Amino acid sequence: MSLVLDLRHDGPLLDFSAEIPEGQITALVGPSGSGKTSILRAVAGLLRVKFARIALGGEIWDGERIHRLTRERPIGLVAQNYGLFPHLSVLGNVETALTQLAPVDRRKRALDCIRLAHVEGLEGRRPHELSGGQRQRVALARAIARDPKVLLLDEPFSAVDRSTRKRLYLELRRLHQQLGATILLVTHDLDEAAQLASHLILINHGRMLQAGATSEVLTRPGSERAARLLDIPNVFPAQAVSGPSGQTLLRWGPHTLRTSDRGTVGQNGPVKFAVLPQNVLLVKADKPWGSHLENPVPVRVQEVITLGGEILVWLQPLGLPELPLQMRLPERALRRYPITVGSEVTVCLRANEVILLDSTRDQAR
Amino acid sequence: MDWTAIVLSTKLALVTLLVLLPLAIFTARWLALTSFRGKPWIEGLLALPLVLPPTVIGYYLLVAMGSHSPLGRWFEAFTGQTLAFSFNGLVVASVLVNIPFAVQPVQRAFEAISPDIHEAAKCCGLSFWQAFRKIEIPLAWPGILSASVMTFAHTMGEFGVVLMVGGNIPGETQTVAIAIYDKVQSFDQASAGMLALLLLIISLVTIAVSYGLVEQLMRRRRSL
Repeated sequence: MSLVLDLRHDGPLLDFSAEIPEGQITALVGPSGSGKTSILRAVAGLLRVKFARIALGGEIWDGERIHRLTRERPIGLVAQNYGLFPHLSVLGNVETALTQLAPVDRRKRALDCIRLAHVEGLEGRRPHELSGGQRQRVALARAIARDPKVLLLDEPFSAVDRSTRKRLYLELRRLHQQLGATILLVTHDLDEAAQLASHLILINHGRMLQAGATSEVLTRPGSERAARLLDIPNVFPAQAVSGPSGQTLLRWGPHTLRTSDRGTVGQNGPVKFAVLPQNVLLVKADKPWGSHLENPVPVRVQEVITLGGEILVWLQPLGLPELPLQMRLPERALRRYPITVGSEVTVCLRANEVILLDSTRDQAR
Repeated sequence: MDWTAIVLSTKLALVTLLVLLPLAIFTARWLALTSFRGKPWIEGLLALPLVLPPTVIGYYLLVAMGSHSPLGRWFEAFTGQTLAFSFNGLVVASVLVNIPFAVQPVQRAFEAISPDIHEAAKCCGLSFWQAFRKIEIPLAWPGILSASVMTFAHTMGEFGVVLMVGGNIPGETQTVAIAIYDKVQSFDQASAGMLALLLLIISLVTIAVSYGLVEQLMRRRRSL
């Protein structure tokens, strides 16, 4: 039973439809103000939007003349600031979500959830006596208490420090394996989405930009805007022409690039393409050029910066002075292939990693 | 010691509290959680007793309660008693005069509850009344306590409006504050002094104790 959403609203602007796959962690990623929290709140029934169609399988939560109240939706929510009840203990907070049970069962279920969220031993503490990570776990324990079909997490890791965050990622994955609930995670952090979610929805200005398997979305942006949101620096204009065997060739200054991406462009003329920095491959100088070498581009090294175990290299393709191409290498690669600023080297771009961007999708915005 | 006046004042304060507090809690909650165009006017109206001279309020109340007014006539037809110069009239006046003392602390307390808390309560499956009872009232409790103490202490010491509406009938409308005035007028300095001291002690103790309790409550749940 996937969660089907169709939402339209004016302030904040929303024009969003998506299908959230069942039993997976789906990340809703976008810059701040893109409407991702509004979507989450609409799913929870906390935000009434102008037009809403929300259904979990055959269960309609929002529709024509139907609006299920928040408390009647099988959801659990972990809000950004957790919203813990400050006057209640950890146990009291979790038990509050279980008022439908008899007191004995309530206590038992609350303790189970507290154990699942790894906050056992803190049952008697009040929220202000807990650390950020512990509060997050208590909020999670409370959210899973009612055995929700959909778990909504709104930037749940933003208020905890880095090391705690790593641990919480692990715990969330483990918890997800145990519960198997559908999880919708709102975040602006691509790394967080990459680590946690198997499905990713990219959103901007209240609209879906791209959706799919996380690895697919992160490495194959569909449009220029998606590429920008995914922080891909290498987006370049080129001229598309038809190749001899029907494939698309890109004229990029004096260079011609083959791409196995047919995209939705399909016609000749100006296009944009993207290459991920980790897909810019350095060719060893003494290596004979063979047919295995795809799209060789001679470049001049402009700048080399080491950043946290990685080397970022800015390259200037010959004949294209104004367009720096970014390459990312693991630090040890520099020992094998010394790169010095000013030297001329050759890089190759594999045809299936030269991604054609759909400009029509951006223009529609 | 004029025990009749002390008992009457205490009774008036408790009845006022009993009538006013539930109304104040719901009004305050409504004002705290909603915003609408005329809200400043409503809030201003409720705060009027803070700035209007007691004689002005008393005058209007007296007119409203008199046997020529619809309210006065209705009350007389209904109960056979007059509203002006009676304990019942005193309760009505006291409730009205105390509205700001009862509403404002509770409103501030409801305003201090973060929207996250309300939403969390909904997500926990709580109904309106469950959330009200288990979450909102306990969180607004310091404000409710302050409001109760302020209303009680203020009613114990109210003078102007009570004199205008109730007059000075021992056992019916003569409160401690009016009894003090009465004693001074008849040069009974000793009795006036005793009553004044008593009122001072009651006021100081109730307010100090409530401040202490509120601070203790706030300290227990701070930093969220």
